[in-house]
Amino acid sequence: MAGAITTHLSDKASIRPKHTNESPVVRVVLTVVALLFLGLIVVLPLASVFVEAFKRGADVYVASITDPDAVSALKLTLLTALIAVPLNTIFGVAAAWAISKFRFRGKNLLITLIDLPFAVSPVIAGLIFILMFGAQGWFGPWLDDHNIQIMFALPGIVLATTFVTFPFVARELLPLMQAQGIQEEEAAASLGAKGWQIFWRVTLPNIKWGLLYGIILCNARAMGEFGAVSVVSGHIRGETNTLPLHVEILYNEYQFSASFAVASLLVLLAVLTLVVKTFVEWKTAQREPDGERSGEQHAH
Amino acid sequence: MHIEVKHVSKTFGTHKAVSDVSFGIERGKLIGLLGPSGGGKSTLLRILAGLESPDSGDVYINGKRVNDVPPQQRGIGFVFQNYALFKHMNVYDNIAFGLTIRKADKKEITARVEELLDLTGLRGFERRYPHQLSGGQRQRVAFARALAPRPELLLLDEPFAAIDAKVRKELRTWLKQLIATIGITSVFVTHDQDEAVEVADEMLIVQQGRLEQQGPPLAVYTAPQTAFVASFIGHSSVIEKPQLLRGFEHRAELNGGRAIIRPEFVEVGREREIAYPSAAAKGTIRHVFFRGAHLELDVQVGDNRVSAYRSLDQEPLKPGEEVYVLIHRLYHITDQSAVMLENPLKVDPLPVHI
Amino acid sequence: MKGSKARSVLPGFGLSLGFTIFYLSIMVLIPLAGVFIKTTGLTWDQFWNTVTNARVLASYRVSLITALSAALANLVFGLLVAWVLVRYRFPGKKLVDSLVDLPFALPTAVAGIALTAIYAPNGWIGSLLVPLGIKVAFTPIGITIALIFIGLPFVVRTVQPVLQELDNETEEAAVMLGAYRWVTFRKVILPQLIPSLLTGFALAFARGIGEYGSVVFISGNMPLKTEITPLLIMTKLEQYDYAGATAIALVMLTASFLMLFIINYFQWRSNRRATTE
Repeated sequence: MAGAITTHLSDKASIRPKHTNESPVVRVVLTVVALLFLGLIVVLPLASVFVEAFKRGADVYVASITDPDAVSALKLTLLTALIAVPLNTIFGVAAAWAISKFRFRGKNLLITLIDLPFAVSPVIAGLIFILMFGAQGWFGPWLDDHNIQIMFALPGIVLATTFVTFPFVARELLPLMQAQGIQEEEAAASLGAKGWQIFWRVTLPNIKWGLLYGIILCNARAMGEFGAVSVVSGHIRGETNTLPLHVEILYNEYQFSASFAVASLLVLLAVLTLVVKTFVEWKTAQREPDGERSGEQHAH
Repeated sequence: MHIEVKHVSKTFGTHKAVSDVSFGIERGKLIGLLGPSGGGKSTLLRILAGLESPDSGDVYINGKRVNDVPPQQRGIGFVFQNYALFKHMNVYDNIAFGLTIRKADKKEITARVEELLDLTGLRGFERRYPHQLSGGQRQRVAFARALAPRPELLLLDEPFAAIDAKVRKELRTWLKQLIATIGITSVFVTHDQDEAVEVADEMLIVQQGRLEQQGPPLAVYTAPQTAFVASFIGHSSVIEKPQLLRGFEHRAELNGGRAIIRPEFVEVGREREIAYPSAAAKGTIRHVFFRGAHLELDVQVGDNRVSAYRSLDQEPLKPGEEVYVLIHRLYHITDQSAVMLENPLKVDPLPVHI
Repeated sequence: MKGSKARSVLPGFGLSLGFTIFYLSIMVLIPLAGVFIKTTGLTWDQFWNTVTNARVLASYRVSLITALSAALANLVFGLLVAWVLVRYRFPGKKLVDSLVDLPFALPTAVAGIALTAIYAPNGWIGSLLVPLGIKVAFTPIGITIALIFIGLPFVVRTVQPVLQELDNETEEAAVMLGAYRWVTFRKVILPQLIPSLLTGFALAFARGIGEYGSVVFISGNMPLKTEITPLLIMTKLEQYDYAGATAIALVMLTASFLMLFIINYFQWRSNRRATTE
C-alpha cells in the first residue's frame, strides 16, 4: 500500500511537442506553485529543525545529544531496529518469494493482509499488544506469575515497532519480483542449481537494490516510530524511551533546543534514507536503459 | 494541387529528419509515403498535420500557407500508429469526440456517428470500450473517429503495423475501398512496400529525410530514378562486379560501378530450358529457398551472386547443380541515377525468316 | 490466478509460504483479533455509550474533517507536484523528487514539532498569519497541515507512474480532433488519472485518520475542538480505561479496513483494465 514507491524519473515524458504542452507562462506558474507548496510543507519544517536545534549554540546542541538520557534513548532505538528490521526483512523476502514465484489460491487476500498494518493507526498498534501482554491482558497474569515483563519494556517496544514496520520490505520487493517473473530462476533450476543456490546466485543479485531500499526504509520507520511505541513504552527515562519519545519529553518540558537537537539526528536518518533511495533508483535505471525505440516515431 | 510542400526541412538535435522535401498531392488521391524506418516519413506526416513545425519551408493546403495554423484548425484527420483511442470512452464517445468538443448539435452528432458506425461496420459495438475490441476493430474506430469532423485530408501513420498479418490484407483492401468511396485525399506512412504498392494511387519514396521519387507504383517499380529506389523497391541482388556478367562484358560504363538485378530479370535452368543459351553463363546453385508460391534460387555466377525465381511446376534444382544463368537486364547504379541496360546477346539463335 | 499449486521446478514454496503465514498470524492477525475479542467483554449498551459519547463523537468529526480536507488538498497539490515532476524540466528536479518522500522517511514526532515551530503564533509562518487573524497551530487548520505533510507522498507516488506512462499519441489524437490544451486535460488526461488519484486520495485519507505523532504537537489537544480520535484512545489508555480505548479502536479499525478494502478494489480494477488492454 505505501511501499513500492520506486519510480524512475526519466526525461522521456518531459520532452514534449508544443501542442501537447502548456504555454511557457502556464508551465512557469505551475512549477512555481508546486515548488512553493513543497517549500512550505516539506522544506521549511526540515530547515526549522536545524535552526531551532542550533538556536542556543553548538554547545547546547552537543550537550543535548550527549546527555545520558539521549544516549540511552539512542541505544534503545538502535537495539529495537536491530531486532525488528531483520525479522521483517526475512519475512519480506519469504513473502515476496512465495507470492511472486508461485501460483496459489488466496494470493490477493494474502497481499491485502500483509498491507493490514498500514491501515492500522499506530496508537491501535500499540493497544493491541497491551491487550495481549498488559497487566489485564490475555497473558498478563501468566507473565506476571513468571515475572516476565513485556509491556513497558524492550520486548513490547520491539513488538510494536515490528508490527508497524511489518509490510515495508515485502511491499518494496513484491512489485520488483513480480515484474522479474520466474524465467531466470527456472533457467537456473534447469542448469542444475539447488534451492539456496538459485536464491543466492540468481534472485538476490536481481533484487539487491530494491531489498536495500526496503531495509533502509523499514529501518527509518522503525527508528522513528512514535505512536505505537508511545503506548507500550511507559516513558521511563533512561530505560524505555526511544529517540522519538525523548524528543517528545524534552519538547513537553519546554527544552526546545534540546528537543530539536535530538530530532535533528532523526532528520539525518531520514535524509540518509532518501539518499539511498535516490542511489537505488539510479542503479536500477542504469540496468534498464529507456532504449526502446520502436520505429521512427521516437527517433527524435 | 490540394496539398503542396515546398522545401521543407526539419532537424532534431543533430539528426536531419527531413531535408529540403518538396511535393504536391492532387485532390482525392491516396498517397503512400514509403521508406525505411527512421527515414523521416513520420516526421513529414507530422509536419503536414501541424504536430511538428518545419525549421524551414512551407506547407500549403488549398493554396493557403498553413505553417502558422495550429493543428486544431487545419481540418486534418489523423490515424495514429497505435490508434491512440481514448481508453476511458466507449466506441460511440470516441467517434463523437471531435464533434462534441466543437459543441455540435446533439442530433447532428448522433447522425454522424451512426453514419460512421455503418460505414466502418462497427454497428453493435457502440458501447464497447477499446480494451474489448480486436486490433482490426480498434483501427476502424480510430478511422471513424478521424473522419467524424469531416476533415479535408486524412493522414495515417503506419495504419496496419499493429495488426496481425492475416487480418492486415483484408483491412488494406477495405481501407482502399472506403477511402475511394469517401473520396478524401489521404496520405499513409508505411515501411512495407507491398502495402504501398497495393494500396496507394501514388507513392512517395523517402530515405534519410530526402524525397527520392514520386509516382504511381508501377512507374516507380519499372523506372526507378535513383539507386536507392531501385534497390528498395522489389526484391533485388546487388552486383559488385557487373562487368563480369555474360552479355555486359563490353559495357565500359559498368567498370567500377555496381548493378542491381531483380530475380524476375534472371532466368536459371538446365541448358534446354533457357531461351537464349548463347546469352547465358554457367553458374552453380548455392541454396534453394521455398517461398510459398515459388522457389528462390541463390546462384553463384563467377564472382557474382544473383537471386532468381523458379516455378514449382518446373523440375527442381538442387544445391551444387550446374545451371545456365541468363541475365535479361539490370539496373546500372551511379551516384544519382539508375539506368536500365538490356542484355545485347539476347537475339534469336536460329533466326527463321519467313 | 486460480488453480491449485501449479507444479513448479522452483523450490521453497512450502517453506516460504508457511513462514509468511505463520509470521503474519503471530505478528498481525492474532494481535488484531484481540481487539475484537476484548471489546466483546463489554455489553452492547456499554459499548454503544462509549463510542457515541459526545467527546468521542467530536473526535470522530475532527479526525474525519481534517483527514478529508488534507486528502483533498493533497489530491490537488499532489497532482500538481506529480505533473510538474513528470512533464516539466527545471534545475534541481531530482532533488525535489526525492524531497517528496521525506514525509515517508521522517519520524512523525519530528514532523510534528517542526510544523508546530513554524506555524505557532511566534513561528516563521504563524507570525505572518497572526496579523491576518489566522491561527494555524492548535486549531483544526494546524491538524490539516500536519496531515497534508503526512499524506503528500501517497498521492504523488500513485499518480506519478501513471502520468509517466501516459501515451503522448492520445493527447495528439485529441489535438488533431480539435481539442485545445484545457479540453485535452479535462476530457482526455484527467479521466485516465482518476483511478490513481482515487487510490492516492484514499491512502492519504486512511493514513490521516490514524495519524498520531505529527498531529499531537500541533493540535493543542482541546477536547471537543482539536482532539483527534487516536489521541482519545491514548488518553483512555493513560487512564487505564482499556475497555473504552478498545471500543473506540474497534470503530476506527472497522473504518480503516473498509478503506483498505476500497483501495484494493480500485487497484484491482485498474490493474485489470491495464492487463486486458
